[in-house]
Amino acid sequence: MKPFEYERAADTGGAVAALAGRRGAAYLAGGTNLVDHMKLGIASPELLVDVSRALDARIEELPGGGLRIGAGVRNADLAADMRVRKRYPALARALLSGASGQLRNLATTGGNLLQRTRCPYFQDPTTPCNKREPGSGCSALDGHTRQHAILGASQHCVATHPSDMAVAMLAFDAVVRVRGAGGLREIAIADLHRLPGDVPQRDTTLEHGELITDVDLPSLEIAARSTYRKVRDRASYAFALVSVAAAVELASDDTFADVRIAFGGLAHKPWRATLAEDELRGRPATEAAFRAAAHAELAAAQPLRDNAFKIAMASNALVATLRELTMPRAAR
Amino acid sequence: MSDAIATRPLGADVGRLDGPRKVTGAAIYAYEHPLTDPAYVFPLLSTAARGRVVGIDAAEAQRLPGVLAVLTHEPAPKLADTSNPELAVLQSPAIHFRGQIVGAVVAESLEIGAHAAALVCIEEQASEHDVVLRVDHPDVFKPDDDETDTAHGDAEAGLCPAATVDATYTTPHQHQGAMEPHTSVALWSDDTLRLYESTQSVHGVRETIAEVFGLRAEQVEVTAPFVGGGFGSKGEVHANTVLAVMAARAVPGRPVKLALTRRQVFTLGSHRTPTIQRVRLGADASGGLLAITHDVWAHTSRVQVYIDQIAAATRMMYAAPSIATTHRLAPLDVPFPSWMRAPSEAPGMYALECAIDELAVALRIDAIELRIHNDPPADPVSGKPWSSRNLVACLRQGAERFGWAGRDPAPRRRRDGRWLAGTGVAGSTYPVFHTPGSQARVEFRADGRYEVSIGAMDVGTGTWTSLAQVAAEALGVPLERVALQIGDTALPYSHVPGGSAGITSWGATLFGAARAFRDRHGDDPAPGDAVTAGAPDNPAEDAYAMHAFGAHFAEVRVDADTGEVRVPRMLGVFAIGRVVNPRTARSQLIGGMTFGLSMALHEEVVMDAALGAIVTTDLAGYHIAANADVGDIDAAWIDEIDPHVNAMGTKGIGELGIVGSAAAIANAVFHATGIRVRDLPITPDKLLRARVELSARA
Ligand SMILES: Cc1cc2nc3c(=O)[nH]c(=O)nc-3n(C[C@H](O)[C@H](O)[C@H](O)COP(=O)(O)OP(=O)(O)OC[C@H]3O[C@@H](n4cnc5c(N)ncnc54)[C@H](O)[C@@H]3O)c2cc1C
Ligand code: SF4
Repeated sequence: MKPFEYERAADTGGAVAALAGRRGAAYLAGGTNLVDHMKLGIASPELLVDVSRALDARIEELPGGGLRIGAGVRNADLAADMRVRKRYPALARALLSGASGQLRNLATTGGNLLQRTRCPYFQDPTTPCNKREPGSGCSALDGHTRQHAILGASQHCVATHPSDMAVAMLAFDAVVRVRGAGGLREIAIADLHRLPGDVPQRDTTLEHGELITDVDLPSLEIAARSTYRKVRDRASYAFALVSVAAAVELASDDTFADVRIAFGGLAHKPWRATLAEDELRGRPATEAAFRAAAHAELAAAQPLRDNAFKIAMASNALVATLRELTMPRAAR
Repeated sequence: MSDAIATRPLGADVGRLDGPRKVTGAAIYAYEHPLTDPAYVFPLLSTAARGRVVGIDAAEAQRLPGVLAVLTHEPAPKLADTSNPELAVLQSPAIHFRGQIVGAVVAESLEIGAHAAALVCIEEQASEHDVVLRVDHPDVFKPDDDETDTAHGDAEAGLCPAATVDATYTTPHQHQGAMEPHTSVALWSDDTLRLYESTQSVHGVRETIAEVFGLRAEQVEVTAPFVGGGFGSKGEVHANTVLAVMAARAVPGRPVKLALTRRQVFTLGSHRTPTIQRVRLGADASGGLLAITHDVWAHTSRVQVYIDQIAAATRMMYAAPSIATTHRLAPLDVPFPSWMRAPSEAPGMYALECAIDELAVALRIDAIELRIHNDPPADPVSGKPWSSRNLVACLRQGAERFGWAGRDPAPRRRRDGRWLAGTGVAGSTYPVFHTPGSQARVEFRADGRYEVSIGAMDVGTGTWTSLAQVAAEALGVPLERVALQIGDTALPYSHVPGGSAGITSWGATLFGAARAFRDRHGDDPAPGDAVTAGAPDNPAEDAYAMHAFGAHFAEVRVDADTGEVRVPRMLGVFAIGRVVNPRTARSQLIGGMTFGLSMALHEEVVMDAALGAIVTTDLAGYHIAANADVGDIDAAWIDEIDPHVNAMGTKGIGELGIVGSAAAIANAVFHATGIRVRDLPITPDKLLRARVELSARA
């Protein structure tokens, strides 16, 4: 662990100023990801700017019915918020399915979005990894790829994004509010995380020094009928092999009036399943339609040595989730 | 606690005497011993899986303020005995596995040590490595061990014309995963070495370290009152302890602290070998076994032979006119394997008990009745009588409690919404080991209490409590009048509590010492009266085959869409002789069963063949069952009186709970799904893949 400076920012303006122009500086929120990386020797910031008190830790109503979540809101508090549980149940479930109680008490909304991949080679500084050390190669390509991507990967990186929370937020078209040296900007969550392409070292479209201040959940009626399904190796405290966030709105004739689907565990970013959604809109809610939707989305999948199972798993998880959400209330 | 006075101490339901100290943080673990001005050791590890260190540049690290020493093989810190390659730390540039110690930084703080470690440039020359166990590995050899191959009767004839079951099972490389990492705190003063160590055996550490460093045993003092789990990984000394002692020698007069990081524990803390096991069963139509063969392949380090007798239980579990077992090892460029949670029986009985289930399915015989049908009246190989054998009683009582009667054996018949449900059973056994040679001291104190001292260990299992109960029973006094002392080489010699022999062997020793005390000082001793003694030999030991037994029952649910396996219910019924403390006994047994669940569904150290590297190097990647995985779990025992095993009538219970429990779950998964996953762990992808294949065939 390299020696580093530590500074506690009083407000977001001060935090942004502290990072401006210092490439070696990083924000510290809950620290559950960054501090691990420092101990493992894969991050060695020379200055840590602690934003855990500078960030807003409130959840507020937005005019028009949405919610504004401060980037400092802890995962546990967000999951427990009654408004989130009623109006965006998939989000509450996604949060509760993540990590452990202790970690959720510490982890923040901003930090959760920006947590880095759990690719084991990324976490081991003695192995080649393009994300950690651009140009060094990708150890996963010849290695253990059970957790890795089947969609949108490149020959430079096949890592997946580990967040559960972000998957649910993506299904709801959340908006990420960011403060940088040049002022405020808003980023659709779909545009926050990126595919690896030939710049795998960049997880997101944020510039150095940009600080996430809030996440806005739009007013979205369909979100009330949503759920999150996480498939994992043990019953708790495991990252997703595959996960699905879905919301449905059925018309009176039981066809899909609207549907939102996002996958976790399949790609370098939370994966919005627009092809599956298109397939379903206007169609009757039948098993065959669910399968066709899964197929539409996963036809492009390119499995690696150890993760071909993710195609069947993602497909089945989606079908099961849609089945559950479209079942008449009484039968559920 | 208070009722402990009313009832006899042995068998009383006593809460942990050290519990308050543990929950308040007053129990001191190795790293926490308060010492003045400690220095810290940070190991440097190899990144090649095989090869040699050809250059080390530590100049920059050495210049870093706060760095006290950098240890490398140039010059090699002097050792007296380098015959054990695992302990020959820094004695040569050779690299035998990835993650081996190739140097270390000693520094004023852990952070400086870690920083300096990153500044040391180690140049390695890698040679071709191989970390993959396979049956046809060209270097597979027959280890030189009496029991490597056993043959009783003519197994091949018994399998003629065809084996009824011929199946190959595999278990992966596994890791003990103790909560407390391997830790040593070492201090040289004059010519004595003091060690605060996270170990399963203070006297074992003393002996080994004295040998390696050329010291007299008395020069090495080892203290370990509390240990945060070992599961075999701290039963023997590993390289970390040798390194800590070397580092302490480099900074004379200062204590040094070395706690391995979680990552380092995976390569330096030892592991369980992966296994490939072929089991063949020949049987007549009524289920009578005619032949059993069990062939095992495991790995070992290329530079040291370590062997588990994985097929050992197959030689005594069921009656058959012919029983043959073989063991082969593949020498690989892997970390040193060692003991882990029922080292031989856990993997071996997984294979045997699954094969028995396959036989029951093939012959359409109830899995419990099949086992009862083949219950041997005497040890099938040696012919010795059992000191007690109550597998049948465990199976019957378990079946009753679990609700086995009326079970439809057909697989894939029970569905509850998205879940496929099934149940499974398996037998369990573990030998009653007695490790002789321990001594105990009993002294009557002025405060009216008996101080009972023995170099025994509490590795989290409850020895502080249960051994005090044994002492009270042996002395015929209430528990409150016993002051137990354990966990230090200053106390009388005691062996390592491996093989579930802790309470049994220490307890026999205490009984021996108590008897000697009463013989010498009577029932009304004077303060200061003391005796040191051991246990007399047990004449029954050679005359009887001594084993504990048990029956595991599991109910599983498998998600039909995703292949996720959940275990809502586990029950174990055991025959373990006399129970010293039902509360700690139950903890041991359900803990073991949870390990079995974990072995069945979760645990796997994944090796990257190309890098020769362990990929699962933290507890987020190496899964051990979490609380949510464990549903309704219960352990019970039958009334068993075994007059032969020892003075108390106890059998070891530490490992029995794990043996067979993985098989019960695997058998239940088959019952639920119709899919026989023979390669542990049974993860969702394997069930899903098999389902896809099944439906493609259908
Ligand atoms: C054992 C374990 C299991 C886990 N399991 C799961 C799981 O199942 N599912 C899951 O989703 N997650 C899981 N996690 C990850 C956990 O959710 C993240 O570690 C956590 O959400 C990160 O939040 P934090 O506030 O601690 O971030 P930090 O560690 O403080 O920061 C993470 C990164 O974000 C940056 N950052 C933080 N806040 C901001 C901000 N406001 N603006 C800009 N940059 C910022 C930091 O500089 C750093 O680069 C697990 C973690 C562990 C250790
Ligand atoms: S998949 Fe990405 S993160 Fe993993 S080793 Fe390859 S480049 Fe690194």
